[in-house]
Amino acid sequence: MAHAHESNTKRIWIVFGILSFITIVEVYLGILKPAALHLQGMGTSWLNWIFIILTLAKAYGIAWVFMHLEGEKKWLRRSIVWSAVFLISYLVTLFLFEGGYIFDTLSPLVKW
Amino acid sequence: MEANIAVPTDKKDIWNGGGGKPFGASYGKMMMWYFILSDALTFSGFLAAYGLTRFKFIDTWPIADEVFTHVPFVHGDFPMIYVAIMTFILIFSSVTMVLAVDAGHQMKKNKVAWYMFATIIGGIIFVGSQAWEWNTFIKGSYGAVKTTEGKLLQFVKDGKQIALADFVIGNRTDGRVQHTKKNGLWFEEEGTIANYSVAQVIQAYNANPEIQVRTELIDLDKKQKTILSREAGSAMLARTDRVVEGANLEENEYGNTIFADAFFFITGFHGFHVVSGIAINIIIFFNVILGTYEKRGHYEMVEKVGLYWHFVDLVWVFVFTFFYLV
Repeated sequence: MAHAHESNTKRIWIVFGILSFITIVEVYLGILKPAALHLQGMGTSWLNWIFIILTLAKAYGIAWVFMHLEGEKKWLRRSIVWSAVFLISYLVTLFLFEGGYIFDTLSPLVKW
Repeated sequence: MEANIAVPTDKKDIWNGGGGKPFGASYGKMMMWYFILSDALTFSGFLAAYGLTRFKFIDTWPIADEVFTHVPFVHGDFPMIYVAIMTFILIFSSVTMVLAVDAGHQMKKNKVAWYMFATIIGGIIFVGSQAWEWNTFIKGSYGAVKTTEGKLLQFVKDGKQIALADFVIGNRTDGRVQHTKKNGLWFEEEGTIANYSVAQVIQAYNANPEIQVRTELIDLDKKQKTILSREAGSAMLARTDRVVEGANLEENEYGNTIFADAFFFITGFHGFHVVSGIAINIIIFFNVILGTYEKRGHYEMVEKVGLYWHFVDLVWVFVFTFFYLV
């Protein structure tokens, strides 16, 4: 507890404002689904990329400010963040490749 | 032997048996962080499995904003609005939690208590919303029919989905009665039977030329479900054998079975975390009121439950994106 007596109230409300704003943008885009973003993209649609990036931005805000990772010792922070980022990226990559493979293999067998 | 003896010490901040504090963090806080890390991996496992299943059925997966369109007390079509409100509630309760931690650093007991109270209320509202969401999802709002090979067919009028009740007239006519313990085998029950029979639905379809059949297949150019012509619809309907209303673990009116399973499993596991978070928050709230942390000289316990509560919020941010938005 290095910052024992100072108050961060103002900063907390600013971060809340940013998180709320991002959520509003996400919902707005999710309802509107602009064709240029929704129907084109790289790998997945541009819209999905926007959602993923905004989500990571929100996660950063929550972890760094609300959970106070910014104030922890550098290597405590790294032991948490690096472990999570490395393992989750690995897991997600394998799973999504596998899912795509199963689709390629099975979907030609289903007639609609 | 010495390591097993509780050594009386004034230095309550250090780990037992040693003078150094790894990473400058107390034991409890560090372990809370590593618990959160492992729990994050569990949730990632669920969401990744959801991703795999969705990729496996990428051309037929239900479109989330056609499923979650309801807001309590309001009629009409409001995709995602309610989930967004729930997200706000959870983020806001995260803010009151961090304000409680902040007030704890300044040793302001009353402020901590009030902010904890607000956090608990926010959590209860969120769980209540979740329950309402589940209820709506389980009840369903449109109804659909299923072919013998398990393909789901929905009905549309002018491109918009309509409910079976909107065009099928009257009550169930085939005389099929709900099997209960009283009128059948006393040791067997069956789930609620559909309001209409398949024959009734087909008859109503034939009588209303403006109604079309929509299949699960997604038209990749438009990213919308495929709507069949009247003739193709008739051919598909001839292969149906059951009416599906609402959702359970075996079938649902929204499409793929595993979509509803994942919904129940992922939001359910998150809801379970919220409930346990509320329980822990209540315990800490009473400790604050009783002055436990005032006597202890610091409010680190509030900080630790705060970490858990923020984590629950963090998970919801990802569930919101990957279940409802993407």
